[in-house]
Amino acid sequence: MTASIEDAYQDGNALAGPLREIFAVDMTAAEGRCASCGLTGPLASLRVYGPEPGWVARCPGCEEVLLRLVRGPQAAWLDLRGIVNLRISLPAEAEAAGA
Amino acid sequence: MGIISRGFRGRPRDEGVKLPPGQYLTHDFPVLSAGPTPRVRLDTWEFTIDTETGQTHRWTWRQLLDLPSETPTVDLHCVTKWSKLGTSWKGVSLDVLMEDVETTAEYALVYSYGGYTTNLPLQDLLDGQAWITYEYDGEELAPAHGGPARLLVPHLYLWKSAKWVRGIRLLNEDWPGFWETAGYHNYGDPWREQRYQGD
Ligand SMILES: [Zn+2]
Repeated sequence: MTASIEDAYQDGNALAGPLREIFAVDMTAAEGRCASCGLTGPLASLRVYGPEPGWVARCPGCEEVLLRLVRGPQAAWLDLRGIVNLRISLPAEAEAAGA
Repeated sequence: MGIISRGFRGRPRDEGVKLPPGQYLTHDFPVLSAGPTPRVRLDTWEFTIDTETGQTHRWTWRQLLDLPSETPTVDLHCVTKWSKLGTSWKGVSLDVLMEDVETTAEYALVYSYGGYTTNLPLQDLLDGQAWITYEYDGEELAPAHGGPARLLVPHLYLWKSAKWVRGIRLLNEDWPGFWETAGYHNYGDPWREQRYQGD
């Protein structure tokens, strides 16, 4: 009933740990584009609800669901259908190869 | 020694309570949210049942309150492992709402203000198993707990009891809802511990 319950979300940095379990790089810096309104920004800028029953990250512009992550005892389910694509900064390929 | 150690576990009335596997007993009412709490005005609130043939049955807030109500006392089991026993509600049985609805559909997709959805077989909504509730513990249902109105279907895990319920779509094919498409079990029977897909 109070605003604190109503807006009980965290910022997208809360996803750093859960996504680190799946991806090799820190995903909170990855830039995503909202499939619903087109707003683009890092995952860290999303409004995140959870962790239970699952992580739900919403667009700060239109509140649509961009990402869902459910962690079961033996598997994780990741749904990214609300995001058009993710731009993930990586080292140059030659660098990564150690050349 | 026996006298001292007795009483460390819960209150006396909890003794001998049988819970579904993996659940623990709680006395508060935790609020889990997957989004902002919708604020629904009662003068524009409506509840609809859409059939598989495209017929729509519609109730306003006033019409819902005018229907015969029941006051079920039920146990709640959340997939996050807490159970709360003996909760009291007031609402309209789905049997009443389905009385004039002609359907041969087998599945129901429940949808809510705010965009939440959940699915279940239609038969799980009938025969005194489900209500559209608008009071909890003698008070009007708080928005945090799904008010103004919430589906109550207590024999399944609590995510099936959709908060801020807006309508039910009757379907010939099963249509998985919000958590059912994100790894949670399609049916969600707490006594068979159907938490995740594959359980
Ligand atoms: Zn958006």
